[in-house]
Amino acid sequence: MSVRKKSADPKGVLTGVHYLDGDYAIAEGALAAGCRFFAGYPITPSTETAERFAERIPLVGGVFIQMEDEIASVAALIGASWAGVKSMTVTSGPGFSLMMENIGLACMMEVPIVIANVQRGGPSTGLPTLTGQGDMMQVRWGSHGDYEIIALSPDSPQECFDLTIKAFNLSEMYRVPVFIMTDECVGHMHEKVVIPPAEEIEIVERKWYEGPKDKYLPYKPDVDLVPFMVKAGDGYRFHTTGLTHDERGYPVINAECQNWCVRHICDKIRLNADKIIEYREDETDTAEIVVVSYGITSRVAWKAIQDARKAGIKVGSLRLITVWPFPEKKIEELAGKIKAFVVPEINLGQIKREVERAAKGKAPVYPVSHCGGWVHNPNDILKVIKEAAK
Amino acid sequence: MIYFGELKAKKGLIHINKDRCKGCGFCVEYCPRDVLEMSEEFNIKGYHPPRVINPDKCCYCQLCEAICPEFAIFVTLKEEEEREREKEISRP
Amino acid sequence: MKPEDRLEEKHPMEEFLRMDRMPHIWCSGCGIGIVVTSFIEALQKSGLDPDKVCVVSGIGCTGRVAGYLRLDSFHTTHGRPVPFATGLKLANPELKVVVFSGDGDIVGIGGNHFIHAARRNMDLVVICVNNFNYAMTGGQVAATSPIGANLSTAPYGNFEYPFNLPYLAEASGATYVARWTCLHIRRVTKSIQEALQKRGFSFIEVITPCVTLYARRNRLGDGLNLLRYYYENSEIRHGADTRTLDIGYQGKIIVGKFVDIEKPTFLDCMNNHLRKVLGNKYQPWGVKS
Repeated sequence: MSVRKKSADPKGVLTGVHYLDGDYAIAEGALAAGCRFFAGYPITPSTETAERFAERIPLVGGVFIQMEDEIASVAALIGASWAGVKSMTVTSGPGFSLMMENIGLACMMEVPIVIANVQRGGPSTGLPTLTGQGDMMQVRWGSHGDYEIIALSPDSPQECFDLTIKAFNLSEMYRVPVFIMTDECVGHMHEKVVIPPAEEIEIVERKWYEGPKDKYLPYKPDVDLVPFMVKAGDGYRFHTTGLTHDERGYPVINAECQNWCVRHICDKIRLNADKIIEYREDETDTAEIVVVSYGITSRVAWKAIQDARKAGIKVGSLRLITVWPFPEKKIEELAGKIKAFVVPEINLGQIKREVERAAKGKAPVYPVSHCGGWVHNPNDILKVIKEAAK
Repeated sequence: MIYFGELKAKKGLIHINKDRCKGCGFCVEYCPRDVLEMSEEFNIKGYHPPRVINPDKCCYCQLCEAICPEFAIFVTLKEEEEREREKEISRP
Repeated sequence: MKPEDRLEEKHPMEEFLRMDRMPHIWCSGCGIGIVVTSFIEALQKSGLDPDKVCVVSGIGCTGRVAGYLRLDSFHTTHGRPVPFATGLKLANPELKVVVFSGDGDIVGIGGNHFIHAARRNMDLVVICVNNFNYAMTGGQVAATSPIGANLSTAPYGNFEYPFNLPYLAEASGATYVARWTCLHIRRVTKSIQEALQKRGFSFIEVITPCVTLYARRNRLGDGLNLLRYYYENSEIRHGADTRTLDIGYQGKIIVGKFVDIEKPTFLDCMNNHLRKVLGNKYQPWGVKS
């Protein structure tokens, strides 16, 4: 009984070469991955994904419902996932904050869902129509209690398509909510998106339980730490709750069970982190300075890196595909060899803190912070690289 | 009791799960035939469960079963032979 | 063998209960157990396949119902069983989804979700157990608490206007609205049975005693006193105008079936409309072809 891989359902795959914006690419990626349920609420700059899904889903076969708010959206996603259907929603900062309680429920119930956050300038209503990357810590710590999630960061509409499929696969594999952290710039940028034929797209299905009904334990971890899942209506008569629960899914209110339950949902990701973490490196083994970046900022940083190399500085690039779980081991390894890190991001140093923490003092970390509203000027990043190289 | 020629009134046999009872008294209060009363004994939780005082009066209306919040009391239908056997025993 | 393990001592409803979690946590004299008994009876009589019946509840005393029913049951976050049930039902329209939760959960914090699900005529059965307060957390004032009642966050008496739940449900678009007290056991069972066999948004309010909190704070006695109050003060008026159904403190309770109409559900509307607009290109969902 292993994780089942198969190719995508051709009904949802719009094979061809397209000119799409990031938001549309997320919708296409979701349909290609087999998502057939979307419950969302409009919020700039993510609304286009919902609009595209609403247009396309009646032709593919599925449900689009605009819920009354973001809280209801995530509740509906969890319900739909328990019925066995892949489900997703999109939002931005203010909606993301509303979703937090039910994200905690999804983590506790170990339900695969995908949420895309097209970030904008925050906090609060902030800059609805302009870019930001200020939710990077919130995606990890936004809900209460200890839990783990997976967050991906695409830098282009093509990556929006590819990483949405990856997000669904990861969520099904690990029974955990997975987040696609884009931003308004990538979301509204139109670029070429190549959608391959359905046979070339690999889809992962959740581990369905196939044993005797009376022996089913909803939360008993398998060897890969992920429990087997069933869906409502198949006669397993399971119970699931947001309360701290044991393997049977029944609430048990004591410290022992809390210890088991919380450690299980955290270890599921932490101990599998090496299989989940993905990044792109360029010339990091010969670098003196490494620029750690993600999302749209990595494209701006690339220009700065090229200019710095022309100026003779040995600069490497570490572009994070998965921001969470954070690639601590890679950072620690690089910290021992290089002079300094430079972390440009459109927030006041959220991932810079993680780099600092992982570097454990072995290399200084220079942030290039920008509150949002626009992407960096590459010269600002270049200036900091030059200063770090002194 | 036989009436309308052939019809016999149903009779019920009451089963009480004493330890599940929480002594609310609903079954005693709403039994239309006063078959039950609250006992003086204590169950495992310290509540007074009901007891049957007029078993012959029970007419299998199942109201106690429906109104008990604890699933602690239910009624089964006394079969014909059982009733005949009872009549035999009670005959002097 | 313990007496209760003997076959003849097994309660007939045990196959629908999670016996490994009995006895349940509800207080002595609490009416929730009675509503659960009525629900199981209705489920048995309705002839539905229990494997396809799902129960979704929220947080609160009534919210614990999901934990005791041996069906696919979900104990969700406070106020959110209705949208959760919406997602569950839409993703697999063959399921019969029942939302079984309390007044504070469904129309207090969950008020917004309630009115929208009713507006859309989601095919759900919503059983709302109304004990006029937030009992689980210690008896705070709720959206349904009558004026003058004493509650822990209204220590000098409640001065806010309460909801009239059948009126709210009907105004939002529910197609089946009924209110009973838990004393009307056979009628609650019949209402739930009718709702289970009906398509559309069904709302059943069941007024139950809350002995430990509402009754104790207001010196109303125990479960028996409250049931006597329901007996003396409830009046059955089927088809009454829902605008007249307010409940004053220890006042008259009008019960009955107030709304029972047929209206296309959300999925019916979705499939019909999109088929009309898109013709053959439309891929229907949840429609047995």
